[in-house]
Amino acid sequence: MGPDKKLLERWHDAQIVLFGGSAGSFKILFRIIKDLPEKLGKTVILIIHRKKNFFSEIEKLFAENSRMYMREIEDKDILKTNTMYIAPANYHTLIEEGGYFSLDVSEPVWYSKPSIDVTFESAAEVYGNKCAAILLSGANQDGAGGLLKLHETGALTIAQEPADAEMPEMPRSAINLGAADYILTQDEIFKLLLS
Amino acid sequence: MDTAQGIISNAQVHELIDIVRKVHGFDFSGYTKASLKRRLTRIMLLNKFEFYDLKHVLINNSDFFQNFLEEITVNVTEMFRDPSFYRAVNTQVIPYLSTYQHTKIWSAGCSTGEEVYSMAILLNEAGLGKKSFIYGTDINTEVLKEARKGIYSLRNIKSYAENYQYTGLKGSITDHFTILYDAASIHNELKQNTLFSVHNLISDTVFNEFQMISCRNVFIYFETFLQERILDLFYESLCPLGYLCLGSKETIRSDSFKSKFKVINQKENIYQKVGT
Repeated sequence: MGPDKKLLERWHDAQIVLFGGSAGSFKILFRIIKDLPEKLGKTVILIIHRKKNFFSEIEKLFAENSRMYMREIEDKDILKTNTMYIAPANYHTLIEEGGYFSLDVSEPVWYSKPSIDVTFESAAEVYGNKCAAILLSGANQDGAGGLLKLHETGALTIAQEPADAEMPEMPRSAINLGAADYILTQDEIFKLLLS
Repeated sequence: MDTAQGIISNAQVHELIDIVRKVHGFDFSGYTKASLKRRLTRIMLLNKFEFYDLKHVLINNSDFFQNFLEEITVNVTEMFRDPSFYRAVNTQVIPYLSTYQHTKIWSAGCSTGEEVYSMAILLNEAGLGKKSFIYGTDINTEVLKEARKGIYSLRNIKSYAENYQYTGLKGSITDHFTILYDAASIHNELKQNTLFSVHNLISDTVFNEFQMISCRNVFIYFETFLQERILDLFYESLCPLGYLCLGSKETIRSDSFKSKFKVINQKENIYQKVGT
């Protein structure tokens, strides 16, 4: 069964798409960045937990394989359509009122820097219902609070079906908070993204 | 827990900025708002303050302000943060510094001193320890006290061991410290050629001439117009052909400054002053 009509409409209306992923999310994220079309007509932001001294690995791999233009976020980068941004390791990524990113090196949140919560909350503040956010596999609770905030500001919020995730903790935390409008399997997520 | 944002409104943030400027003389109006708002919210949560409580103590309790200043500025720092930066300094900047009889380096926004001592170790290993001097500055007097002591918890120092390995420096990070129980104290010879002092990048001016200025992960908290004002200050503070090091995500974008600073290392954002 394909995605329901209401879900499709909300997805098509979203201008900013955020993906949060941690342990066990690499495979699905890799497929996402490979499959998303060059001209998606949206701004895509990836927040992925990873170790600080091995940057360039994921970024390079993703940049080489994505159809959409991809860049690692630098201080004061302007959010542009048809661009995929990846939050840099060892910084938090925030979004400012003027439609640009700012970075922050303050304390980790949920032992994570970048923290998914920080970026999700910031996106909710500035863009609210213009956002769609998808929280993927992960072994801690980062992202749940942020997804709730997005949900409260009218964004489309999706959690990966925990039974379908390599590490169910992260999407499950969000679902327990009542943050997810939809709970979808990997296949359902792909059907939506490519609809 | 970090479900903090949104407890105060943008208008309230501006109100607090006004109060701090009028009562305490610190101007935060050029700070990026999303980050500032997170810090303010954090202060309110830590102290269990409502917006009006915070306003009240900022106006009526002058002792609170020092504490506020400590919390509002981000003082998270590491030794040898971004090891590839230190490798680049070693190969691209140190050969230049070694041509001087004596070199002066300014670490702006040095917080508790970790970067100053990282640089001191790097210079010392390159044989420049005796003929270089590092000035560490910050707006915050409390963090400078910590920086002067040069004593860190052993646990923290050990967490920088991996950074240190990636810099390519020989030995291990603990070689540069005297360890007593849980405290790691930076060797005296590394401390000798450092000076820590208060300097406010927003309101203070040129105070010396340097061969190298390092200001990493400070610009991320400033709006572009403020960054450019401070770039002017750095330009004026550098000797001809002096080096400017910004954080790895802090690229100089403005055309007028691109002609004043030549890119030496694009990835690490190391620049050299050109022109007059």
